[in-house]
Amino acid sequence: MTREFRDTGYDDFLEALEAGEGYYLAGSDGDGFLPPRNVHPRTGEPLEEEPMPEAGEIVSLTRTQVAAPQLADDAPYTVAIAEFGPVRLTGQVRAEDPKSIEIGTTVEADVGETETTGDRIVVFRPR
Amino acid sequence: MVTMNVRVAGVGMTPFGKHEDRMGRDLFADAATEAIADAGVDHEAVDEVFFGNFMGEFAEVQGHSGPLAAESAGVPAPSTRIESACASSGAAVRQGVNRLRVGDADVVLVGGAERMTNLSTAEATEALAAAADAAWEIRPGITFPGAYSLMANAYFDQYGGTREDLAHVAVKNHANAVENDLAQFQKAIDVDDVLGAPTVSSPFGLYDCSPISDGASAAVLVSESYAEEHGLETPVAITGTGQGTDSLALMARESMTRTPAAEQAAEAAYADAGIEPGDVDFAEVHDCFTVAEVLALEALGFYETGEAISAAREGETTADGDLPVNLSGGLKAKGHPVGATGGAQISEMTKLMRGDHVNSDAVSDATVGVTHNAGGTVASAVVHVLEVVE
Repeated sequence: MTREFRDTGYDDFLEALEAGEGYYLAGSDGDGFLPPRNVHPRTGEPLEEEPMPEAGEIVSLTRTQVAAPQLADDAPYTVAIAEFGPVRLTGQVRAEDPKSIEIGTTVEADVGETETTGDRIVVFRPR
Repeated sequence: MVTMNVRVAGVGMTPFGKHEDRMGRDLFADAATEAIADAGVDHEAVDEVFFGNFMGEFAEVQGHSGPLAAESAGVPAPSTRIESACASSGAAVRQGVNRLRVGDADVVLVGGAERMTNLSTAEATEALAAAADAAWEIRPGITFPGAYSLMANAYFDQYGGTREDLAHVAVKNHANAVENDLAQFQKAIDVDDVLGAPTVSSPFGLYDCSPISDGASAAVLVSESYAEEHGLETPVAITGTGQGTDSLALMARESMTRTPAAEQAAEAAYADAGIEPGDVDFAEVHDCFTVAEVLALEALGFYETGEAISAAREGETTADGDLPVNLSGGLKAKGHPVGATGGAQISEMTKLMRGDHVNSDAVSDATVGVTHNAGGTVASAVVHVLEVVE
């Protein structure tokens, strides 16, 4: 079932990412975080919004065969974590040949839809 | 501050596995009844109950299960549900330990229960995934086998190691469970079985994953003074407790191959008990997936980061190794009714130390044991030190 409510912060981020204006929340120590977040999770200090680098690098990935019901028609799918400067994102890999994507592959982040419910999610495409 | 030791007066545990048609409360009643009888205390003596449960709302449409646990156990005492994903009952044990130590109670009942097998595999996958970040992890498709697979693949990339190394963890823990009548799988497997099993999320096959289980665990903990005054036989003490917390989402961690929450919990528990990792004779660790045992052994300080991957294959953590790990069969073979797991570790370790566990002979000279219970991708971790004191 498609999500029928809005999540401020999360949905704002997806809209910005889709428009090519991805961002993250930066601490003075250089660490980066995703919204919604008011303060640095380890220090409580305020955070500043910064543009997210366009290119990221896959740091790990897995091909999932057994999915939860909301992704039943998506399986098998590849889910990955990619690093964009000081912030990491989790997303599904969208590539003609998912096996060509490995740790270290350069990707860009975008917004896609799941096959099962049409929910909007972060996706990674090879760059 | 003088730290008072807490004695384990009694333990109980249902067999883990499939308890068709039985509710979580019903299972906890069995475990609690056994623990109270084992302790030799009256039901009315219990001052407080801490009950671990994770997915009651999802599996049984049942929240607010603290009171339900107390009445199922026949204990007229204040009772609170503790939820910390798969570390729920480890956290419940810790609450009980702390309550005894500050002198607010003399006797506590701790433990947990989970009903899971009434769910389909897809439903259980969805319920377990609720321990991850709902927005940033679950929506793009993180499952728990998937999350730990991400950790395993990052580990292989960073430190080396193979699926075969991990397979030895599963083989070891299945071997330990063969004679344990409380275990879900009393079946030996070999490396080929593990490597040939259907893939769940690469690199994990079915045998890299702990099963979906029903079950309950319980322990009666008492103050030292209560044990002395009432002449209770309590040869095992909980001498150290520690808890750690990390970012909920795996992607938000500095490292995907270390578990700082468990490191913090271990450091605190060791300091509390006045021991070092080298003093530990054996351990029960949270092997929800094969790689989780590797990460646990490193977080607990038994191995340097990147070096525990070969521990099972080299026989260092087998029943006859230098550091037996998961003699109960672990989550992998004993089963993993998530809200009951931390309490079950206390129950099994206590029996191993007392000499009334089927695998007690493997640790007949042991005096110090450690339990490691983790929630999510180790965003929560609870470590306890148990020692033979009589």
